Amino acid sequence: MLEVVWLIPAFPLLGFLFILLFGRRLGEPAAGFVAAAAVFASFMVTVGVFFDLLSIDEHHRSHVVTLFQWVPVSSLQIDMALLADPLSVTMALFVTGIGFLIHLFAIGYMHGDPKFSKFFLYLNLFVLSMLMLVLGENLLVTFLGWEGVGACSYFLISFWHTRDSASTAGKKAFVTNRIGDWGVMLAMFLGFQAVGSVSYGVLNSAAESGSLASSTATGIALLLFVGAVGKSAQFPLYLWLPDAMEGPTPVSALIHAATMVTAGVFLMTRMNPMLAAAADWAPTIVAWVGALTALFAATIAVAQSDIKKVLAYSTVSQLGYMFLAVGTGAFVAAIFHMVTHAFFKALMFLGSGSVIHGMHHEQDMRRMGALRKVMPITAGTFIIGWLAIAGVPPFAGFWSKDEILLFTLARSPVLYVIGLVTAILTAYYMTRQVIMVFFGEAKWESQAEDNGAHGDFKPHESPPIMLFPLVVLSVLSVFGGIIQLPSFGIIPKGLRHRLEDWLHPVVAPGEAVISGTSAYDAKVWLALLAIGCAVVGIALGVLVYGRRKLRAIEPAILADGWRYDRSVSAFMGGPGRKMFDAIAWFDAKIVDGAVNGVATAVRSTSGSVRRIQTGNVRSYAGVIGIGVVLILVWFVVLRGVT
Amino acid sequence: MTPTTTWYLVLAALLFGVGVVGLMIRRNPLVMFMCIELMLNAVNLSFVAFAQAFTDISGQTAVFFVMVVAAAEVVVGLGIIIAILRRRPGTTIDDLAELKG
Repeated sequence: MLEVVWLIPAFPLLGFLFILLFGRRLGEPAAGFVAAAAVFASFMVTVGVFFDLLSIDEHHRSHVVTLFQWVPVSSLQIDMALLADPLSVTMALFVTGIGFLIHLFAIGYMHGDPKFSKFFLYLNLFVLSMLMLVLGENLLVTFLGWEGVGACSYFLISFWHTRDSASTAGKKAFVTNRIGDWGVMLAMFLGFQAVGSVSYGVLNSAAESGSLASSTATGIALLLFVGAVGKSAQFPLYLWLPDAMEGPTPVSALIHAATMVTAGVFLMTRMNPMLAAAADWAPTIVAWVGALTALFAATIAVAQSDIKKVLAYSTVSQLGYMFLAVGTGAFVAAIFHMVTHAFFKALMFLGSGSVIHGMHHEQDMRRMGALRKVMPITAGTFIIGWLAIAGVPPFAGFWSKDEILLFTLARSPVLYVIGLVTAILTAYYMTRQVIMVFFGEAKWESQAEDNGAHGDFKPHESPPIMLFPLVVLSVLSVFGGIIQLPSFGIIPKGLRHRLEDWLHPVVAPGEAVISGTSAYDAKVWLALLAIGCAVVGIALGVLVYGRRKLRAIEPAILADGWRYDRSVSAFMGGPGRKMFDAIAWFDAKIVDGAVNGVATAVRSTSGSVRRIQTGNVRSYAGVIGIGVVLILVWFVVLRGVT
Repeated sequence: MTPTTTWYLVLAALLFGVGVVGLMIRRNPLVMFMCIELMLNAVNLSFVAFAQAFTDISGQTAVFFVMVVAAAEVVVGLGIIIAILRRRPGTTIDDLAELKG
């Protein structure tokens, strides 16, 4: 199967082309099923490749399939090549697997939409781009996918482009991502300048062998991190992700929770030897940006009233955890959390989609409540997602978050405390959401008269095609932790650290070794502490929103996201605008002025010179004659030629 | 009284002078064209005279080149002049001033 790894992106490409040509004729729901089938086929190939890799000896689990020469320009030789190794196959597995489930969900969710087939066109194009991103053998192929997912993200955020807010949000995402793309491009140029190649194998082995100057490695690692900050919505570029919720909910689940936003973490993991070869302060920056983003976004999430905004800020916060892991050298934990997060966050986004669908496109949580009675399956699966993200064992999120916190403590106690506080906040705001949506009193009953549109307003449970993905994802959210269980006494040896053994060939150069540290020795106590934090968070949430024993603290500044978005807008509208105007003036007057000045000078000179061209042939002949005489005089008299 | 090199050179200078003066004072394009030919051949004559005087073949070689170039020039130049005269009979060279600056 290894040789046909190209089939993995080929199926979504075929699906894309097919829907492009026949999408409108296929209509609903056939177009959706074609798209889902394409992704499922690619999932099956990925599973085949996975088992093939598994059967090979650990040190040879890296297979490059070169499709064709892409850029053959003297010393710049770039192939369109795919790389099948443990990391890329892990990514491809959950991209196609979760992608398939979300395609199924979307068939139900997008029911009745006039642009039904176009939606699946974009979804398949997205899956294709994402697979190119993770399977690429060099930075350029990855960058192709990187730009592809960015474009699809833009298309899908603005999918309902007649809504002003949706088209604005799409543009915002696109523009913000350009900053990150700039970083990736510069990293690519720097890498090529240093080693003459953009292939991961060449770059990473140069970093590993130490032949790369430490300053170059630092530059490449930090520029890639700039790209990751843009794509994975970290501070200060996270702004676009909450706005991206304007897109249809399956898009939020697939692109803005499970797959695309994790591309930054993937890239940092792929280039982990570079980060290891970089100066010591480079990973520290990554860790701090991650930790602060995690805390910052979690504080905003506690005061949001839009069901999807809570999940969006929660995603930013969880991505912060992943970067915290990357910065502390816990690459396995980062990938582990990426996978479990993809399970439970996709589950919760789809759950919220199911709620929005059932509530006739109402997204305000203050108008929900008691929905568990009318939507039992959605509620049940959402609660599983809640327990998973809150960090309650044995759900998936607990194991991955605990591993990140363990590595963090080994690195820095301050970061560990930030991580724990974030964990409490996470449990708190997710409890708040679950109670506001599914428990308490039903606030939608009074609403029927309010909006008047629906005479008998009653939320309803979603159709089976939407519930099936929820059930599958909830099973994964319960048992997902099994891929990387820690070495606690009660866990059988064969089940421990499966993911770590699998990823070992890829992450070995950058992975921090913490066995022997005091943090590692206390790991069971740390796990208990993490459980304690989760319980405290949940208990606080129940006291405030369930029992109403405590008053809710939802200051306006938090609901407004610490006014960060607003200040950026104010800056860009005020002083920033003036600065750009000044730059535009400089461009128009000085840069263009220089060019135009040359042209003006030439024109005025030629204007006076052209008078010589009289049109009188005899005067020309006379000038030539005089010229000849003068030259002769010069030769004979001045040079003295006889 | 045998002709010396000087005689040939004087003749060449006279022919050249006739050509120059003709070019300057006539306005008929065809006549001006003939004046140019006259100048070219005056130079040819001096070339040959010098070649004879210095017993050096390169003077005669140069003449061949001049004749070839002159032939090519006649083809193009005469073609243009005939075409112009056919369209506008009686055109003088001063009427052809479209490219005047």
